Amino acid sequence: MRGQNNSFKQRLQSYLPAISLLLIIPIWQLVCSLFEFPPYILPSPTMIFDAFVQVESARWVMHLWATLRVALFGFILSLCISIPLAMMMVSSKYLSKTLYPLLVVIQSTPVVAIAPLLITMFGSGEGPRLAITCLITFFPLVVSATTGMLSTPPELIDLSRSLRAARYKEIFYIRLPYALPHIFSGMKVAITLAIIGAVVAEFVAAEQGLGYFIQFSTSFFKVPQAFAALIFLAVVSLILFKTVYWVQKYFFAWTLNKEKS
Amino acid sequence: MKPYVSFNSVSHFYETDEGQQVEALRNVDFHIEKHQFVAVVGPSGCGKSTLLKLLTGLLRPAGGQVKIFGTPVTEPRDEIGIVFQQPTLLPWLNVLENVMFPIKHKRGRISSKEKEQALSLIKMVGLDDFSQRMPSELSGGMQQRVGIARALLLDPEILIMDEPFSALDALTREEMGFDLLRIWNQSPKTVLFITHSITEAVLLADKVLIMSPRPGRLSEEIFIDLPRPRSAETVKEKAFAEYSDRIRQQIYHPREFTVVSNESKVKQEVSNL
Ligand SMILES: Nc1ncnc2c1ncn2[C@@H]1O[C@H](COP(=O)(O)OP(=O)(O)O)[C@@H](O)[C@H]1O
Ligand SMILES: [Mg+2]
Repeated sequence: MRGQNNSFKQRLQSYLPAISLLLIIPIWQLVCSLFEFPPYILPSPTMIFDAFVQVESARWVMHLWATLRVALFGFILSLCISIPLAMMMVSSKYLSKTLYPLLVVIQSTPVVAIAPLLITMFGSGEGPRLAITCLITFFPLVVSATTGMLSTPPELIDLSRSLRAARYKEIFYIRLPYALPHIFSGMKVAITLAIIGAVVAEFVAAEQGLGYFIQFSTSFFKVPQAFAALIFLAVVSLILFKTVYWVQKYFFAWTLNKEKS
Repeated sequence: MKPYVSFNSVSHFYETDEGQQVEALRNVDFHIEKHQFVAVVGPSGCGKSTLLKLLTGLLRPAGGQVKIFGTPVTEPRDEIGIVFQQPTLLPWLNVLENVMFPIKHKRGRISSKEKEQALSLIKMVGLDDFSQRMPSELSGGMQQRVGIARALLLDPEILIMDEPFSALDALTREEMGFDLLRIWNQSPKTVLFITHSITEAVLLADKVLIMSPRPGRLSEEIFIDLPRPRSAETVKEKAFAEYSDRIRQQIYHPREFTVVSNESKVKQEVSNL
């Protein structure tokens, strides 16, 4: 009996976020019909849904793919740069002392403000948009990887050295895997930032993408359509976040264990 | 007979981040014979871990010499296995893979014979049913058993243990002590064992080194002449209590000792009762 009760409670808990999201919709609808806001102030959920359906699905797919492509490639590029960089910083004190201030400068510069500059400098192609996404996702990845690698228990490093193992083995087979739980936390932050980066780049210059579509819609006062694109974007961002979690859960399950030692 | 391990007037300094020198060890002198079990007791910060690191070759002494089989230690050597205070297993490897890790890490692969050996070590530490489990599924005591099996894999002549049981609860700790005695009987090793527990030291060791802090020095060497094999019965003997008392006395109320310089060697002698 108690077991059943527990599992019911657990089930309820896992559905609570979805329930709370679904509850918002009727309340929103009610508020809109009570106060009769004009649609360009606050469109009702039914209006947003209508606007969503009116846009052909091929168009949605095109805009979605344009944004997703930049976000994903930017994220992967950032991962490919930041992890080796973190490995280098961990293996050399001098390198970390040289690079760290540079990283902090990059992080303290608002990337959103660099976006127009980059685009005037390098044109409105996909390159600058990738660069912006890369810049915005870069810092959490480097920091999480470095922190993770430095949190490796010193005993394991002693063990590696007492075996006279090569230095690269210490980094690859001990420090890097040890950093994985941290790296996954960094990746969860970075993947949502990647969407932000891609959208910001589209605001500055683009001919397609969900960010571009939001700007395009609002400039024609098609606010319900902009809302539809915004919600679509939020859903995509959530799915990407969940994908990182699923990859972690299925391929690196141990990173989710709370360590006893 | 040549001593297996010898420390000759070993001293060591650390440099703090502010550039100050900390004297961690001063003129430490002792020997370990083959298959002798030596325990080191002393308050925190008196240089016990430093002593171990010097023997592993991870640190080089600032003064004096550390020798294994008569040759100075200049780098880490294969004859040494280390068990740490925390088990520090690799959380992404199962028990068997953790035990095999030193060989894999050193050479990149492992022979089937060595794998058999790893399995029999896992059996020896009493974990036969757990070889495929992940570290997070094990209790602290079981994790430390894996740590011991891992240290024994390369069949080291010398086993170094730095407070291996101090992270465990009292009951598990006692059980692990008896298990270590059993393992040591099965495959005798030369052991340097650091502990905070006086009774643990008396139960396990042939010789107890007592250290005092600031700077870390050896204040006394006590030979434990209790018969082996030792067991739960040993603890009840009168001699056991006497040894424990003597060590406790020396730690809390150290008698004055004089340092007599004798050419290059420095010997510490306890002044008359
Ligand atoms: N890496 C280090 N840098 C500076 N001081 C250290 C370092 N390691 C140990 N010490 C100092 O050396 C002394 C002995 O340390 P340690 O050998 O770890 O003692 P124990 O293991 O007996 O607790 C302590 O005072 C400690 O603060
Ligand atoms: Mg210590």
